[in-house]
Amino acid sequence: MPHRTPLYDWHVAHGARMVDFAGWDMPVQYTGIVEEHQAVRTAVGIFDISHMGRLWLPGPNALPLVQKIYTNNAATLKEGQVRYGLICNEPGGILDDVLVYGWKDGMGMVVNASNREKIVRWIGKHQGAQPAPLMDTTHDSCMIAVQGPNAVACCQGLTSAAIDTLPYYFATHTIYRGKNCAVSRTGYTGEDGYEFIVSADQGAQLWEELAGRGARACGLGARDTLRLEAAMPLYGHELNEDIDPFQAGLAWAVKMNKGDFIGREALARGQEDPARPIRVGLELEGKRIAREGAAVLREGKPIGRVSSGTFAPTVGKAIAMAYVPKQSATPGTAVEVDVRGKPAPAHVVTLPFYQRKNR
Amino acid sequence: MDPKKLRYAKTHEWASLEGDLCTVGISQFAVDQLTDIVYIELPEIGDHTFIGDAFGEIESVKAVSDLYAPVNGEVVEINEKLLEDPTKVTKDPYAKGWMAKIKVEPGTTLDHLMTQEQYEKQIAAEGH
Repeated sequence: MPHRTPLYDWHVAHGARMVDFAGWDMPVQYTGIVEEHQAVRTAVGIFDISHMGRLWLPGPNALPLVQKIYTNNAATLKEGQVRYGLICNEPGGILDDVLVYGWKDGMGMVVNASNREKIVRWIGKHQGAQPAPLMDTTHDSCMIAVQGPNAVACCQGLTSAAIDTLPYYFATHTIYRGKNCAVSRTGYTGEDGYEFIVSADQGAQLWEELAGRGARACGLGARDTLRLEAAMPLYGHELNEDIDPFQAGLAWAVKMNKGDFIGREALARGQEDPARPIRVGLELEGKRIAREGAAVLREGKPIGRVSSGTFAPTVGKAIAMAYVPKQSATPGTAVEVDVRGKPAPAHVVTLPFYQRKNR
Repeated sequence: MDPKKLRYAKTHEWASLEGDLCTVGISQFAVDQLTDIVYIELPEIGDHTFIGDAFGEIESVKAVSDLYAPVNGEVVEINEKLLEDPTKVTKDPYAKGWMAKIKVEPGTTLDHLMTQEQYEKQIAAEGH
């Protein structure tokens, strides 16, 4: 039986097409992926992201534990700062990509729904002599993303603290209708906006209030086209246990000099290996979509695979991310993607495919 | 085309027969299921079609679906406008969204396809 978020009834009542995603019943679309995508790029959309894992590690032992398993530097986080990083295994393969929140009284972590149990077990396995408590607050909370150029205006006065001045990749604790909530200036769309974490029993109210203010309900379909245009990796596609952060183009999220962490040694050794395929962007010449798993060919020979692909509504083209060897990764390189048995011409492009103005 | 007078395949194509010319498209239901159609591949003029075999493709953002031929015959005309603008299917699946015209053997009927009433029962039964 898949899990249901606090907003499940609303999604179904509003005609959402539901799908099982990582063991959760989630809305893929309401009216249409392209429409919902455009709403986020031009106005404001809301996403139910309650399926994502929300972990809380209170106390002073949280930091050393996080430092041990996380590739980025959690020790330099200011109060309320949020930072993206990877959790790797000993060979340097990616177990998950996560956001770490630095608070005065402990550390928060948001992990992929598909990896929640894996990461909880991993954290448990790597507790030191002074263990940090670990609370999985996923089922007690509701998480809603508000994304788009009108997100800030849409959220005016919603919480007791003003959040319009919240800097990018910072979070704050505030009050929503009498209860604690956390808001971060983060997102997975390439637009400005927030992610709200409220208690589960307030989720529906917050969602309806945002919808009442003009925010458009958007599903996982639009979430995927938006993040792909912004070239953001998705675990299970661009990231998995056989790919390391450098191949994925995420060297900026790895601080080799912050101290030791699991996978550090392997990453230091592997960095020089030119044979390992690296992530690139592809733009297809025609309209056929290159989908995950499609072979990428150069002069008729298979050289790699597509990790994600779609028709990009804002860019107006079929785009994809793929892994190819370094020598085929130069922007402009002509390749072909095997789309259902027929070669579709494409070329390598720089990432991202889309970038919002005034950041 | 009047949807009431058309015949339907299980796979959501519609067909209309006039003399030995069968016009084919997809139903409103299929269009609603697909939503964002980005690409349509139609057969070439002269291609032979076989009942139940794929003779084209329709691609939406989420997935690609095959188009299945509802009759045996030879493709004599295709709606090239759809190749430039697949949204014509979304907007008007029974008229401007027609896909192909197939020349059939004399004596061919559409009896193997469902009436509108039967088709609507089928989609209701599928729980949509």
